[in-house]
Amino acid sequence: MTYIDPHIHMVSRTTDDYERMRIAGCVAITEPAFWAGYDRSSPQGFYDYFRLLTEMEPKRAATYGIRHHTWLCINPKEAEDPVFAREVIKLIPQFLERENVLGIGEIGLNKNSRNELTILHEHLELAAQHNLMVLVHTPHLEDKLKGTRLILDAIESHSSLDPGRVLIDHVEEHTVKLVLDRGFWAGMTLYPDTKCTPQRAADIIENFHGERLWINSAGDWGHSDPLAVPKCQIELRGRGHHEDLIRKISFDNPVTFLSQSGKFRVS
Amino acid sequence: MPAPPIDRTAVVDRYFIEHRAKLLDLASYLDRVERAAPRAGGASAQTDFRHHAFVQAIAILTDGRPERTRRVLELFSDPSTEPIEKAPMKGATGAHPLTLTQSAKTGGA
Repeated sequence: MTYIDPHIHMVSRTTDDYERMRIAGCVAITEPAFWAGYDRSSPQGFYDYFRLLTEMEPKRAATYGIRHHTWLCINPKEAEDPVFAREVIKLIPQFLERENVLGIGEIGLNKNSRNELTILHEHLELAAQHNLMVLVHTPHLEDKLKGTRLILDAIESHSSLDPGRVLIDHVEEHTVKLVLDRGFWAGMTLYPDTKCTPQRAADIIENFHGERLWINSAGDWGHSDPLAVPKCQIELRGRGHHEDLIRKISFDNPVTFLSQSGKFRVS
Repeated sequence: MPAPPIDRTAVVDRYFIEHRAKLLDLASYLDRVERAAPRAGGASAQTDFRHHAFVQAIAILTDGRPERTRRVLELFSDPSTEPIEKAPMKGATGAHPLTLTQSAKTGGA
């Protein structure tokens, strides 16, 4: 079955991963800007990163018949210095017209600090000004519940942003209802240790009927699995779920949400 | 809560061995923590907020009430509501010290 991985950091993955993903049925991906594992020493480092996301990766993906899309931002892990973050945000508009740029992301919070929140608001303002879609990172582990609440309040304070065009990612059992009840889309990240396993994601899909939900691998340079989405498909199939539900979660829902950008394409 | 398409016996058939192994890992981890010597000047197993939350979470597993995963995640979560002044680090520990503080105030485990 074909699938879309709507959140994966291919700059950290090998070309062999592209090949394996295509063999497993991947036809399109979206890649949010994120933390490289170290802080960039200058805003120019982000300029180069944005070129990588909009020039190099689409070509590498296309080699394997996978359509590549991206979201741009300075991630919350590097947002503690607002002066630096604002220099990066100034770079973003010149990339917005590029063919594979869907919107702003993955913005959000990391440790739920005041500076992170300030920069989140400034990203949201940028999205509102340009009528862009938004992909949101929610914090890790003990910081997730509080951070998700702060993020939802922040987004709702920007009245021109439609919750139906904002996806709140990395939801788990304690945040998914909060997100869906307020009209947002929700993403479940399938990580071996720190987020949802394919089994837990399948439980959440059963409990919430798969509405406004998607699954992603968020594969990156850390402990993660670029084939997590097809593994969740296998989990759902093993439980006896209908192919329509599996397709809805791993293909139709991402298409529905992402097509609102006007730029999302499936190969 | 909606039911999965397979019945209870099929759920146990499908997942028992895997989760039996995870249960043994859990038991082994707790034994390992107890066998290990405390770090000089460091927290004991009883006062380490991560371990404290972990033991509290185990009680949730057997309390017979639904939505165990949600409740365990909430137990491990920062209960405060206001943004902090400055991020002290980039990473996360998996539990929050306030859990231990609140438990001490209420006389919890």
